[in-house]
Order: sequence, then structure tokens, then C-alpha cells
Amino acid sequence: MNKVIANAEEAIKDISDGAVIMIGGFGLCGIPENCIAALVKKKVKGLTCISNNAGVDDFGIGLMLQNKQVKKMISSYVGENAEFERQLLSGELEVELIPQGTLATRCLAAGYGMPAIYTPAGVGTEVAQGKETRNFNGKDYLLEFAFEAGFAIVKAWKGDRDGNLIYHETARNFNPLMAMAGRITIAEVEELVPAGGLNPDSIHTPGIYVHHIFQGKGYQKRIEQRTVRKKV
Amino acid sequence: MPLTKEQIAQRIARELKDGYYVNLGIGIPTLVANYIPAGINVVLQSENGLLGMGPFPYEGEEDPDLINAGKQTITTVPGSAFFDSAMSFGMIRAGKVDLTVLGAMEVSEKGDIANWKIPGKMVKGMGGAMDLVASAKNIIVAMMHTNPKGESKLLPECLLPLTGVGCVKKIVSDLAVLDVTPGGFKLLERAPGVSTEEIRSKTAGKLVIEGDIPEMQF
Repeated sequence: MNKVIANAEEAIKDISDGAVIMIGGFGLCGIPENCIAALVKKKVKGLTCISNNAGVDDFGIGLMLQNKQVKKMISSYVGENAEFERQLLSGELEVELIPQGTLATRCLAAGYGMPAIYTPAGVGTEVAQGKETRNFNGKDYLLEFAFEAGFAIVKAWKGDRDGNLIYHETARNFNPLMAMAGRITIAEVEELVPAGGLNPDSIHTPGIYVHHIFQGKGYQKRIEQRTVRKKV
Repeated sequence: MPLTKEQIAQRIARELKDGYYVNLGIGIPTLVANYIPAGINVVLQSENGLLGMGPFPYEGEEDPDLINAGKQTITTVPGSAFFDSAMSFGMIRAGKVDLTVLGAMEVSEKGDIANWKIPGKMVKGMGGAMDLVASAKNIIVAMMHTNPKGESKLLPECLLPLTGVGCVKKIVSDLAVLDVTPGGFKLLERAPGVSTEEIRSKTAGKLVIEGDIPEMQF
């Protein structure tokens, strides 16, 4: 099945104001740079973004924040972003903070067709407020619901025309989970290989979850914390 | 003398056992990796999706696709494995990770921990801390015994919003090693030259002292 489209602009053409979008990545690692740039260019507004982080001031989701396109962020950690902080304190931006494992598992549940999960994360904290708690084998768990998102935008290392995806190293992170969870899933890849070019045993995301795929370009792959050791 | 951050990490490293899978938090816990005792095989888990975290890369060999949960560039080791974030927290939730080391703003005598939010200040989020503390089999907290104002961070009850309840097992502070027991903070070791009286005066929560308390050796 050929799911290949030309570019990011075509990939996001159906995303309009007020959309709920999952965006893969951890920090700036494995983020869909091309689609974020296209969303910034398209200036769609009032977006709800489900993403582990909110980028930095001048890259990633930070670019959409600068453009005032985001109404609400659903994330586990949102540091390293001054514009984010300004919009949050001024009330322009709504933020829902979720434990990272809960965020991941709520994506997983959506992709596995399960309406909800139970997790111990947040029991006894303000995260538990208003949530159903249930005791299993002497331990308390919170009921957390599967996400519902109109679109998921992910970045993979390699992909084929059928939408099968393979991720690279820790750039995998939330990408395969969000790929499974979107009603419409868009994948941008560093290398679009010919049909049959991927080993079926090595696929991380089977193409059934992916609706549109395109060859990305000009990846910056910025490093947030460059840490090195000296050769002795 | 109170312990330096490096000495806190060094002392925590002595708790590592051969074959342990360990998750190290950001800050002092990260330093623990520098003091893994010789002859002990430990696998470091990074919750963004890696088992077998190696040291920082050599200059010029940084790989933007290979980072730890603190977003620092890292390397793999022979035997490393990558996975997605759901599996990462799955293995944490299922109790496969033997030890979690993390920092704290406050710990209560019941083992409650607060380390993610200060009311009135910009809240950056809990990241994976709530998942880790809710599920880890064994949690060691690396922390300063008092805040910059000299007030105890080992309290009868946490004053800050909680990260987790009744989960901390052991604390290594700049002044002492303590276990969290049903009776309160049980003093096990003192920092070199730090008296039992000083520890008592800087511990607001219930402190249990039985017999002579040895000094840590470095």
C-alpha cells in the first residue's frame, strides 16, 4: 500500500485550528522537525499538543509557542523554555503535567485499543485528585484514560512506502507509541527506502498504524546538553 | 566535615550489588556512575529508552540520537538495548529495576518524598519521578540534610507537594546515612567529623539512634 506523500506541507494539510496533535520526541531527540516547521508556516492556532516536552525557545515545539499556536500542552516536563514560562504565567497557555510513564502508557493504551489503564504513579499526590483509585493485591493504582488525538506526528530513522518504521537509538522514545495512538498518523523519515527495503523482523511500527509517510530533509538534530569526556 | 556531592555519590555506590539494574536521577545521582566498585557489574537504565548506559562520548563523537533522560549526550556499552518509553516505564513498574537513586527537596519520616514542585515557582514537571518512586523496589535519596537557610529537609511530614508516598528506603545526605524505618529515620553512619548531636539538631523528623554510630570512611 503506497502511503508516500511529497513533503511536510502536504502531510499536515488536514490539520486545522483547534486540533489535538501528538508530537513524538524526548527533548529535541527524535522530533519531527519538518512537520513542526510546516505547522509554524501554516500558522494553525489553538492547538493542543501532547508531547513529552515543549522544545526550547528557538527549536522544536518552542517555535510553535513563539508563534502563539499552542493553546494547551500536555507533557511530563517543560523546562528549558523561557517563552513557555512567560505564556504560562500570563495565562495564555494551559498546561497539564502528567507523569512520564503515564503519558507513555496512555499512548500505548490508545494504540492497543484499550480505553484505560491502572498505574501506581501519582498515588497520594495531587496527580491523583479527582481520579478513581483501585486497590489490587494491597497496592493502590490510579485509573488513567487512553489519549484521543486527531493526529500523531512522528519521526523515524527509516521507513518504506507501506508506512513501516524503524527508529534509531534513543530517538525512538515516544515515537512508536504516538504512531499507534493518532487517528491520523504522519511519519517523517530520514531515509525512505524502496518497497521491501526493510527487514520485516526489524520493524518497530507496522505500517497499519501509519497513514502518510514522507522523506524528511535538512535535519538539524540539535543537541540540548552536549556532554563529553577528554581522551586520555 | 559534611560530605561533598562526589562523596555522597561515592557512598551511595557502595550500595550497588553485582547484577543490579539501576536508574540514576539527574544531579548527584548521576555521579554515582563514576564510583561503581571494581568487580561489580551494574547495568544503568535511562528512562528515555536505554539499558546499558555508557560514559559521555569523546569530544567530536557526540550522537544527537543518543541521549540520557537528562538530555545529555552519552554512549552505549556492549550489551546495550534500546526500547520505547512505554516499555521503559513498564520495566520500572514491573519491578525489574533493582535500585533507583534520586534527589529530593524533602523526605518525611514515613518515606514520603517531595522533589518536583515548589508552590509559587515555575513548575517544570515531574518527568519520570512519580513513576519511578511509585514502583521502584528500592529507593535511595541523595540530598543535602538542610536547605540553604539551614532548615532540615528530613521532616515529620513533607510540606511541599508530594512526588510519592512511603517509598524512600534509605537517605545519603551530606551529614549522614539513614534508613527509613517504621520508627522514623534510623541513623546508620555519620559523615567524618560530624557529631550525632549535629545530625540530631538538623533532623526535624523522628530520629532513631541506637548504640555508637560509625563514621563513614573515604
